[in-house]
Amino acid sequence: MTTLFGVPVAAILGQLVLGLVNGSFYAMLSLGLAVIFGLMGVVNFAHGAFYMLGAFAAVLGLKWLGIGYWPALLLAPLAIGVLGVIVERLFLRHVYRLDPLYGLLLTFGLALVAEGSLHEFFGASGQSYPVPSALQGVMNLGFMFLPKYRAWVIVVSVVVCFGTWFVIERTRLGATLRAATENAPLLQAFGVNVPLLVVATYGGGVALAALAGVLASPVILVTSQMGNSLVIVVFAVVVIGGMGSILGAIVSGLALGVVEGLTKVVYPEASNIVVFVLMALVLIVRPAGLFGRE
Amino acid sequence: MKLKTLAQGLVAVLAIAAATPAARAAGNDVVIGDIDDLSGVYADVLGAGGVEAMKMAIADFGGTVLGRKITTLVADHQNKPDIGASKFREWADQNGVNLVLGGSNTGVNIAMSKVAAAKKVPFIVIGAGGASLTNEDCTAYSVHYVYDTTALANGTATAIVKSGGKTWFYLTADYAFGTQLQNAASKVVEANGGKNLGAVRVPLGASDFSSFLLQAQGSGAQVLGLSNAGTDFSNSLKAANEFGITRTMKPAALLVFITEIHALGLPTAQGLYLTDGWYWDLNDETRAYAKRFFAKMGRQPTMDHAGIYSATTSYLKAVKAAGSTDADKVMAELHKMKINDMFAKGGYIRADGVMVHTMYVMQVKSPQESKYPWDYYKVVKQMSGEEAFGPITGLCPIAPK
Repeated sequence: MTTLFGVPVAAILGQLVLGLVNGSFYAMLSLGLAVIFGLMGVVNFAHGAFYMLGAFAAVLGLKWLGIGYWPALLLAPLAIGVLGVIVERLFLRHVYRLDPLYGLLLTFGLALVAEGSLHEFFGASGQSYPVPSALQGVMNLGFMFLPKYRAWVIVVSVVVCFGTWFVIERTRLGATLRAATENAPLLQAFGVNVPLLVVATYGGGVALAALAGVLASPVILVTSQMGNSLVIVVFAVVVIGGMGSILGAIVSGLALGVVEGLTKVVYPEASNIVVFVLMALVLIVRPAGLFGRE
Repeated sequence: MKLKTLAQGLVAVLAIAAATPAARAAGNDVVIGDIDDLSGVYADVLGAGGVEAMKMAIADFGGTVLGRKITTLVADHQNKPDIGASKFREWADQNGVNLVLGGSNTGVNIAMSKVAAAKKVPFIVIGAGGASLTNEDCTAYSVHYVYDTTALANGTATAIVKSGGKTWFYLTADYAFGTQLQNAASKVVEANGGKNLGAVRVPLGASDFSSFLLQAQGSGAQVLGLSNAGTDFSNSLKAANEFGITRTMKPAALLVFITEIHALGLPTAQGLYLTDGWYWDLNDETRAYAKRFFAKMGRQPTMDHAGIYSATTSYLKAVKAAGSTDADKVMAELHKMKINDMFAKGGYIRADGVMVHTMYVMQVKSPQESKYPWDYYKVVKQMSGEEAFGPITGLCPIAPK
């Protein structure tokens, strides 16, 4: 068998693919965070909770209402997005003028409330969600067997991420959104409804997190805690990519998934800290992040 | 001026600290405390159900012992050893706790056992599995009641090696419990003529297990030894199924609770070998307890839920027999008594603190074999306590070989 640095090439290729799968989740989550931070200046610590709520929406939709995977892919992000809009109107809009720390504490508190309540109702063991029948089975890539569902995750993530990037960077709507972050009062003077833009941004970012949650539900057990370890990693991804940079969030999300995957071959014990080590290095060398503006 | 204020504050604090023992002496209750993971990954294994089971045991005992009222204290250790230990110390100093029941998490229980020894408070470990609690970390006041890593390995690993699974690769949770479990299983595998091909240490609470599983598959071993627990176990088995790894490797669950089988569902979990200290559907007595528990909690009890009931009752019986809550006298009674209830038959607590009792090697039923809700296991083998827990190792200084 061919080897590279003493590790079989097939193993490395396998880990690269799996790293891309995990990176897809990171990218989708960090994208939502970056959009919300970039346009609103809110450090949304509730992002992991919205991801978890998306997964729960899929599970409960199937259990209670008989809504299958495909409709859930659309309906769950929609429902959780609406919830995000309510959160923004009720709580978040009061903290914009304050120090960002207040928004962080508020969203962190909301996340604890959401996780605690679902833990109370559904316990810690978690809920299973079946892989949709069209995506069951595995594909032979030559060097590994990849479950079709995981390949699907990569496809969805890439399409959604670059779709979002395109909307924000290349369309008129995106231009308006970006203008709102630069100078909101001036834009308002032009007759644009800025509060509506902001609430739509938050709802959209939250819906992205919920979509990631729905995508994750057939892969891992859905528990109230599933988002809280992930959100920290995703924050590190955003910091590495550059706070507020959309392309940075996507690229560093995918790249860090791959780096983490390779770490799992070389030194598995370090796989949960490698992202933070990189974050520290990036902060030393390029404090604004890889794609951030100084 | 500042110094004076500081001094006054200090005096006030000292006065409060000095006054507390007096408050303790006034209370004449027998106090039983439960320190467990009530909100984290292990909350379903014992958690709130364990608190309920402890209260059931106290109510069944009559609510009093030696004419004194029995009261309870409950704390969430959040899987943090420092929180568990400081709560234990606080209860010992301020609430006059007479017995502490240790919930899940070996790391936290090791920290709490040090407090038990220092404060001379009987300490019965229910949820944690690490066998070091009755070996290197043993104390004169510790009892390990429900199961330990030695018994789990002796049960599951022996059964699988004997049925032809000779080569093993481990997926190990990277903390005290996981490594102790892997070591115990490795020894059993070798002793039975099998071979250990390697292990990968996975950080606790990893969000994805597929990379680690791919490495396990690359090892070419016949058996995938899962030395982890809780959601980590469930997620690794789920991914092993998804990647088709269970077709070439036989998964061996080294610690599983029935709540996890319930969460995974039989299509994923079927055929799995595991070792359990108790099962709700063993006989009429266990079913009667399970029925009462189900009425309160809406799910079937795990071995821990039965064990905490039994342990609370055993402690109260020992207090009654000793005619006192004096820790040394009660410990002497505990070591003398035979435990006969719905949890154990002829169980006894030996010098190193292990409660020796029957363990069961189980196999998870297929969806077709399962006839009613929670009908999940068939008993493959019943192991005597001596066979399951093995001889005294001599690692515990107070219990020579």
